[in-house]
Amino acid sequence: MALLEVDDLRTHFFTREGVVHAVDGVSFSVETGKTLGIVGESGSGKSVTALSIMGLIPRPPARIVSGSVVFDGRDLTKLSEKSLEDIRGSQIAMIFQDPMTSLNPTLTIGTQITETIRRHHGLSRDQARNRAAELLEEVHIPNARQRLDDYPHRYSGGMRQRVMIAIAISCNPRLLIADEPTTALDVTVQAGILDLLDELRTEHQMAMILITHDMGVVAEAADDVAVMYAGQIVEHASSEDIFNRPEHPYTEALLGALPHLESENVRNERLTAIPGRPPDLVNPPSACRFAARCVYANLGDSCTTVPPELREIRPGHLVRSAHPASERAGHREEVGAR
Amino acid sequence: MSSTPLLVCEGLKKHFPVRKGLLVERTRDWVRAVDDVSFEVHEGETLGLVGESGSGKSTTGYCVIRLLDLTAGKIWFNGREISGLRGEQLRQLRREMQIVFQDPYASLNPRMTVGDIVAEPLVVHDIGTRRSRQATVRQLLDVVGFDPSYVNRYPHEFSGGQRQRIGIARALALNPRLIICDEPVSALDVSIQAQILNLLKDLQRDFALSYLFIAHDLAVVRTMSDRIAVMNRGKIVEMGLAHDVYENPQDEYTKALLAAVPVPDPVRMRERKVERRRLRHALAEPI
Repeated sequence: MALLEVDDLRTHFFTREGVVHAVDGVSFSVETGKTLGIVGESGSGKSVTALSIMGLIPRPPARIVSGSVVFDGRDLTKLSEKSLEDIRGSQIAMIFQDPMTSLNPTLTIGTQITETIRRHHGLSRDQARNRAAELLEEVHIPNARQRLDDYPHRYSGGMRQRVMIAIAISCNPRLLIADEPTTALDVTVQAGILDLLDELRTEHQMAMILITHDMGVVAEAADDVAVMYAGQIVEHASSEDIFNRPEHPYTEALLGALPHLESENVRNERLTAIPGRPPDLVNPPSACRFAARCVYANLGDSCTTVPPELREIRPGHLVRSAHPASERAGHREEVGAR
Repeated sequence: MSSTPLLVCEGLKKHFPVRKGLLVERTRDWVRAVDDVSFEVHEGETLGLVGESGSGKSTTGYCVIRLLDLTAGKIWFNGREISGLRGEQLRQLRREMQIVFQDPYASLNPRMTVGDIVAEPLVVHDIGTRRSRQATVRQLLDVVGFDPSYVNRYPHEFSGGQRQRIGIARALALNPRLIICDEPVSALDVSIQAQILNLLKDLQRDFALSYLFIAHDLAVVRTMSDRIAVMNRGKIVEMGLAHDVYENPQDEYTKALLAAVPVPDPVRMRERKVERRRLRHALAEPI
């Protein structure tokens, strides 16, 4: 059994404008030592999925209306807030996008790290301080011991994210959820953070969920990838399969829309844009949610009437579409051209 | 590409004072945001200006369009020196040089209708009659792919991509020759980003526009630019044809910057990681 098994998770927001189906039937599992990348554009439900796992969705307006989140054999959606608190931080930890606002500007870095350690381990002040220094060293902050007494404004963005990671790993969590951990950072700083996460995952034998909008970041860091669109997973496979043999028209379109760093003659070519924009999640389309933007939806069939199921098109490769690439005529040329 | 450049910048410097002291403010130090930057933009060309945050790329753009005063250096536009222009002359310059901003949520006045926003440059420059301006606005919106029947709506009713189209229509209103694009797609999702980049490419072809294209995303800059200048700490560290800079970078910082970009290909990524670790020494990560 996998460390984390999410099954048919539905998180809806009950607002004045109606019920927003932010996460609508999401299932996946994460194994110890592996990284699952969840990729999608804004509003696709990737962050709400993460917050639902952590039990951190704002209630009201949001509520998990059905589904289960089984972590190490226990369904987190059924636990009391008290028991959840014990799991958060010690078993499952999370880091967020914005290292500028996740730290309290009025407390020293040392205080903020020891707070978490003492909450979960009941160490003395001195022991906690030593542990904090060790943690800063582990995330490669130079002069760790001296820097415990600095306030967050003395740290750069990348260094603050390292502090957040130090806090996250302080209790040896078994699952780390990283929600856009490098989005606010420059690429060169991002590279350092991704290297660090990879190193820690191996050393601590953690499972990781990496949430990002950046296809490059997933390609670098994830073993498996789930592509989300309009509150649902539309494709799920190994990283190599997703990038080399994408099946869902949305995944293909997303990859096609990316400008390429390493290819010739890009200057005079137009990018393959995806027309339109994602559907309104108050009244999501009753059939395929991507149909309105899909170039294959006119192949005369069920796209606009029957919601496609997430099905296994080959071992380990799931897709939610009536027209996956390998079932379309002449698909090989298309893939070859990329 | 004609022989005389449309825009020439020589030795641009923009230093900001760092003030200290509570009661008696005094200048303790200077931040050299732009420090001796020179480049040219030719007619119909796109010069990409790429760099990380704090490299001075946006400040350079603001200096060129004279939203900021220069500390030192000279700028010529269409053969005429513009670095010292003030008042009315500066206003006239803006007919030929416009800017598209990064954040389509902050750069459109929320109290003005879409129509008024796009018409504003025409009103400011007293071009056309009320009626003819209405027609122009509809044309402009049509050109940028924004449904002209929404002229009486307000910006908050639209998505980021649609708002950026409004910002582009406004920049086009005076029929400029040069547009400074300051991170025009960095606030947008990938699928929408491609729409806007394509639009900018189409407009350049149709209206013979020149772009100074400023962005931090190296892949985006490559797809848009003929030539590329890489900025680091206020200086251009490397400049050349897009292909040359990306395929055969000479500067150590450029090499490290290019190597740090993750590409959507797991197999290629493994090789790139090795390369990026090898080049890490060229980057001084701020503490």
